[in-house]
Amino acid sequence: MLEIRQKYTFFGVLLYVASTIFVLYLAMNQPETEVWNGLFWMIQLFICVNAVAKSFLAEGKGRMLYYYTIAGARDFILAKLLFNAMLMAIMSLINWLIFSTLLGNPVIRWLPFLGINLLGGLSLSLVFTFLSAIAARAQQNAALMAIMGFPLIIPQLMLLIRISNIVFSDVIQAGLTGIVLLLAGLDVLVVALALILFPFLWKD
Amino acid sequence: MRKSWWKIACVVLLVYTVIGGLLFRVPAREILGETIRNLYFHVAMWTVMFTLFTVSVVYGLKYLRTQNLRDDIYAVNFAKTGIVFGVLGYSTGFMWASYTWTEYATNTQIFKEPKLLGTAIALLIYFAYMVLRGSIPDLDKRAKISAVYSIFAYAMLFPTLYILPRMMESLHPGSQGNPALNPNDSDPRMQMVMLPAFVGWTLLGVWIATLKVRLDLIKEKSILNA
Repeated sequence: MLEIRQKYTFFGVLLYVASTIFVLYLAMNQPETEVWNGLFWMIQLFICVNAVAKSFLAEGKGRMLYYYTIAGARDFILAKLLFNAMLMAIMSLINWLIFSTLLGNPVIRWLPFLGINLLGGLSLSLVFTFLSAIAARAQQNAALMAIMGFPLIIPQLMLLIRISNIVFSDVIQAGLTGIVLLLAGLDVLVVALALILFPFLWKD
Repeated sequence: MRKSWWKIACVVLLVYTVIGGLLFRVPAREILGETIRNLYFHVAMWTVMFTLFTVSVVYGLKYLRTQNLRDDIYAVNFAKTGIVFGVLGYSTGFMWASYTWTEYATNTQIFKEPKLLGTAIALLIYFAYMVLRGSIPDLDKRAKISAVYSIFAYAMLFPTLYILPRMMESLHPGSQGNPALNPNDSDPRMQMVMLPAFVGWTLLGVWIATLKVRLDLIKEKSILNA
């Protein structure tokens, strides 16, 4: 429906990812697996804040009005959520790629980590898309989004870090599906809340 | 004319709680000793905080339906009072833990304790709510946006508060099940004081919140009637 203009923001975020990880590489060299894991998810978080914050904050007032005339509130937020989810999926993969080239790749089980990575990217992008909508309505910068978003995202990040620990060893741990289902359930909850609550933010 | 029976009940219950909580016999437990009396105060803070935050969110929902600024004033004042009780619960829990867990835990471990962490997250969210409100000058817009945020945050927070403590190991009582406490664990002597304490403190929280609401309603009278 919309988007895919402004290529430079995409490459801007890409450059941001690459340079951040490069700085990390200079500072840390090859960290241990636990540190690797923690750093990986922190970088994911910051990529998400930077990439997704653009979605509402960068829109001018005129363009918002234009969207308002062509699309309903529900369609609009759904489109934004989908676009950001895809963007974040690509970013997650790129993040992993650069991480494994520069900081070493302790991941032994590839497939589960791929899934966890995509799921984590999805969770982060959904939450921050909605918060970005709120922050944009408050006419505020990304700092407000970070203040609102970080406490909300802590539990999900903790769960993600916890389940991604399993990919560093061959031992199969129990309780994995429970956490995955929990995260997926939270994602569904966020989408539902966004669909219900966004119309209130939209009309003005 | 005003129904004041619940305020009288609140005072009576709290007087009973303080006197009973400090003087009644308590079961002698290892390590806990007399600090077990903190149960009447520390755990009660949580019930108050949750009640007040829930009331706040209900008024947020109500505001979105009616667009009446009165509901917004209710929501924000209940949230503020909830924050106060949250801070009290956090500090009483922290002190209690640092006296009874010292053999096992250092301060950094207490900070990582899942239930304290959950409260810290809840408090951070409501501080963010206040910052958000502070950043929007327009009254109606502020009410609407902060209502949306508080509903979103509340809906995100409570599933995690419910689930997270069950998945992490901790020293907090009730690790193997109910995160708060299991009423069946408690000695009947303690229940005599505990349940009135919960009700009494909750009534006190609601009382403080309604006083603040009334004050704000008078302050904003000109806007509300316009």
